[in-house]
Amino acid sequence: MNIRFKFDEPDTRHRLDQMSQDIIGKAFDRPDGPMKVSGQATYAAEWEVDRLAHGVLVRAPVARGRLKSLGIEAVSAMDGVIAVLTGERFLRVPAQGTENTAPHQGASDIYYHGQPVALVVAETFEAARHAAHHLALEIETSGPAPVDPEASDTVREETDRSSQGDLDRAMAEAAHTVDVTYRTPGHNSAAMEPHAAIAQWDGDELTLRGAYQMLKFNRNELADSLGIPAEKVRILAPYVGGGFGSKLGISHEGVAAALAAREIGRPVSVVLSRQQVFETTIRRSESRQRIRLAAGEDGRLTGIGHEYLVSNLPEEDFAEPVAQATPFLYAGEHREVVEELARVHRLLAGSVRAPGEAIGVTVLENAMDELAEKVGLDPVELRLRNIPDVDPSSGKPYSSNRLADCLVHGAERFGWDNRNKEPGSERHGEWLIGQGMASAVRVNMLAPAEARVRLSPEGDVTIETDMTDIGTGTYAILTQIASEMLGIVPDRIETRLGDTDFPPGPGSGGSWGAASTGTAVFIACEEIRRRIAKRVAVAETDLTLVDGHAITDNRKIPLPEILAGVAIDVVGELEPGKAQKARRQATYGAYFAEVAVNAVTGETRVRRMLGVFSAGRILNAKTARSQCLGGMTWGIGMALTEALVHDARDGHLINHDLAEYHIPVNADVPQIEVDLLDERDDWANPLQAKGIGELGICGAAASVVNAIYNATGVRVRDYPATLDKVLAGLP
Amino acid sequence: MKAFDYVRAPSPAEARAAARGAGAAFIAGGTNLLDLMKLEVMAPATLVDINRLDMKTIETTDEAGMAIGALVTNSDLAVDPTIREHYPVLTKAIVAGASGQLRNKATTGGNLLQRTRCPYFYDTSQPCNKREPGTGCGAIGGFTRMHAILGGSDHCIATHPSDMAVALMALGADVEIEGESGMRRVPLDEFYRLPGDTPHIETVLEPGDLITRVILPPSPGGRQTYRKVRDRASYAFALVSVAAVVVMDGDVIDEVALSFGGLAPKPWRDFAVEDVLTAKPVTPDLFDEAADVLLANAAGAGENDFKIPLVRRTLAAALADVTGGF
Ligand SMILES: Cc1cc2nc3c(=O)[nH]c(=O)nc-3n(C[C@H](O)[C@H](O)[C@H](O)COP(=O)(O)OP(=O)(O)OC[C@H]3O[C@@H](n4cnc5c(N)ncnc54)[C@H](O)[C@@H]3O)c2cc1C
Ligand code: SF4
Repeated sequence: MNIRFKFDEPDTRHRLDQMSQDIIGKAFDRPDGPMKVSGQATYAAEWEVDRLAHGVLVRAPVARGRLKSLGIEAVSAMDGVIAVLTGERFLRVPAQGTENTAPHQGASDIYYHGQPVALVVAETFEAARHAAHHLALEIETSGPAPVDPEASDTVREETDRSSQGDLDRAMAEAAHTVDVTYRTPGHNSAAMEPHAAIAQWDGDELTLRGAYQMLKFNRNELADSLGIPAEKVRILAPYVGGGFGSKLGISHEGVAAALAAREIGRPVSVVLSRQQVFETTIRRSESRQRIRLAAGEDGRLTGIGHEYLVSNLPEEDFAEPVAQATPFLYAGEHREVVEELARVHRLLAGSVRAPGEAIGVTVLENAMDELAEKVGLDPVELRLRNIPDVDPSSGKPYSSNRLADCLVHGAERFGWDNRNKEPGSERHGEWLIGQGMASAVRVNMLAPAEARVRLSPEGDVTIETDMTDIGTGTYAILTQIASEMLGIVPDRIETRLGDTDFPPGPGSGGSWGAASTGTAVFIACEEIRRRIAKRVAVAETDLTLVDGHAITDNRKIPLPEILAGVAIDVVGELEPGKAQKARRQATYGAYFAEVAVNAVTGETRVRRMLGVFSAGRILNAKTARSQCLGGMTWGIGMALTEALVHDARDGHLINHDLAEYHIPVNADVPQIEVDLLDERDDWANPLQAKGIGELGICGAAASVVNAIYNATGVRVRDYPATLDKVLAGLP
Repeated sequence: MKAFDYVRAPSPAEARAAARGAGAAFIAGGTNLLDLMKLEVMAPATLVDINRLDMKTIETTDEAGMAIGALVTNSDLAVDPTIREHYPVLTKAIVAGASGQLRNKATTGGNLLQRTRCPYFYDTSQPCNKREPGTGCGAIGGFTRMHAILGGSDHCIATHPSDMAVALMALGADVEIEGESGMRRVPLDEFYRLPGDTPHIETVLEPGDLITRVILPPSPGGRQTYRKVRDRASYAFALVSVAAVVVMDGDVIDEVALSFGGLAPKPWRDFAVEDVLTAKPVTPDLFDEAADVLLANAAGAGENDFKIPLVRRTLAAALADVTGGF
């Protein structure tokens, strides 16, 4: 039975708080954890499949051109080579998140350096890789291929503009202004598991074991790419080793594996090398951001401007929504947001953890730090003074907004009042010490979701949805929701994910997975409770379920007795409704960081960092904290080390491996503290929970770079703050 | 990876014989060679595995120095009690390199011979005179953050990435080589060759030559330090590094040895810099003077310009540390 629920009204019932199992919100261990750390969880490339052939993608060595010939002769006689494939169904780029149709296709039209143009299939991975290296590609280079977004001959289009009031006038009349330009570089998701797929045909039916985040969309994208009906495609992705946006859409490996498997009549595996993950999946666009702030004597903002330049390939729609949170974070009646998109021949720009806020809030929070100094105000106080009562752009109330609490609580816990107040004035030996802070904000979303919950006559529960767990904790939180609602211990609940044969979930992206899928499970569980209540003849709201028993009228009845041999099987279907639109919905937080900057070398070490967040109900204290820890670690990387570097001549990615693309290592990450405020957001969903997977990165880097300023008096406006940039300002 | 023949050498002589043929390479820890083979930057036809050879000991020499077997791992060398006590600069340099896992595999010989980390060298879609002589240098005119400010040529400006070798250079180590004509000892300073117009030739080794040991002279004593500056706290190659060994006589520098990483195609030692410092009382001006001499011919290529002020500052800090002054 399917139960459909449209979320139009705020849910003030707080049902999870009324339940008795007492597991929701707890630091419940991941049920999948032991399997993962003992190597028993099977990732896409690890399935043992009979007669498996191995495919390796061939990279284009130019930024723009046409493939004339593959030069197959050079490899066809090599040991183990089975086939070399190319064609119009190969992807030029992966699909964007929720694209749902085939992305741009065609291997022969080369748009960027590193684009896959063919697949070599061989008996072994080594043979395929060797042959892929030795194809004598014949490529006709064509036209100018701008690779630098800011170069004079690059095409730039204004793709968005919105304004309110008169920002120029506000700037002219303001007591204090800031008008600064910052730059952020491209980023790679650098998920631990490289993209991988194994394709297997049975007649005209395809099974693909892949590493994807959004199976319901990926299935349609894959089917469309192959030109077959979606019903013929099944995707399995029970375990995904991180995604962060890079696995939102169907990608080269999945389509190429499917095409090759069909062609040679054998299962084919395609695994991207780390270099290929960097070169051909997606990048976070670099940005140039100009922030204008106008404020009165007291620091109250009268105007905010956020103009930004980002880039993508020609013909691609996605533009990093840098100013996504700018319209509603702070007050100010005069506002302007302008988006420009440069057309460059660099790999696809798309979603990387918190597209928009990750870099947009970061730069806004740097500019706020600059304003605080101009006004002569404590940076925390400046923010507190500028938290609006309602969304200043739309006039809508907030569903909830505890930014002030995050700031105040964080400042106290960090000891902000004891900070170094004069930039460059605290020195211990060679090390200059400084503190910085920043606000966090990320939009909150709900997406359509379905999940099946089945209660067996014995009292065991199975949850099924094609939702993924990309390392985030989906297995844990869905288990907890069902456990809490149905009063069943987690050991008797099996959560099955990542199979398109299951009811469609929303996928992991946009931080909406837990709230949306969790709500679908919740809806199904509520219906199961109603059925149980009916059987024991009480109102569902009076039904207490705990440890596999129903408690009514002082009687404790085991569930099997109530079920009497009958299973209850319900699919919960969530449809987002008016509640989503009626309020400005976002999650908030505050970061505090202390750094030491070496006065000799300009090297920065983060000494401690605190994040305080409010994101509605916390479903699992441990997995939520882990998300925030990870986000803040990304913030350290963004602040200090991470940058995609493209060669200015042909756009090729210079640092396309983990030795040269510097994500933070353990030694770069100090003890990070995370505090999660207790909150219920009635407008978010019936769980009162909001997304938390991306919040921890939205502004984190700004706290570090603001701390570098506080330590040294050097403002680095060009991310990351590598030692050479700091050194340039040191005496 | 190109398919290759694998030979496990039972003795140095057989190892050398097997490696003399065209396209043969020794494999020790494999931490560099295998990466390069996967990318087909190097594509040996024969791999000669030397891991069974008896070159894993660290011994005191008759001259009261130390002899380090070519197969001693970086981890073992760094924790050797005599090394830690008498050659601390070497321990410091080794543990500043790579990661614990890599150091467990990496060997003394392999470390000396690791190839540059120039990204154009690693990317076979790019020209590179070192990888394919005569194709040009992709780095010149490209992205040069990691590249040399000293000792490069119009043909190549790659840096040598080893930390260990920088310390060995300051310690005045010799490389012991077993070759066609028997054993020979080459000072490390003469072991590496500058790129000139043959950047693919990096050392004085001849085909089949096997590094058997690294010989350290008696400990110089004094104070020793290794200062490495890099882009993250660990697990990154040196932008600039300084190995400094100083023996003081009161506040006068009696003896000094300095070498530098991240600056040049080889671990860089410039005796003129040491001459400036020797027998002088310590002053900040003196450190600056030393840097002036070191950097007299330094030239940045753009993104690496910062190395010039950086090495000046790092040198001064390292000298202050070991001389106890300024
Ligand atoms: C991600 C990463 C980060 C790193 N970071 C650092 C760092 O920060 N600092 C640093 O110093 N190093 C660093 N390294 C490099 C590491 O130190 C070297 O890879 C290692 O020392 C090489 O030793 P090996 O025994 O594994 O050499 P192999 O890879 O086995 O061999 C390297 C070369 O030496 C030759 N060879 C080996 N032994 C002999 C011998 N006895 N006689 C003649 N020829 C021989 C081989 O033929 C080959 O050409 C890093 C490496 C990686 C992968
Ligand atoms: S610097 Fe040397 S190694 Fe790098 S591309 Fe040029 S020639 Fe090759």
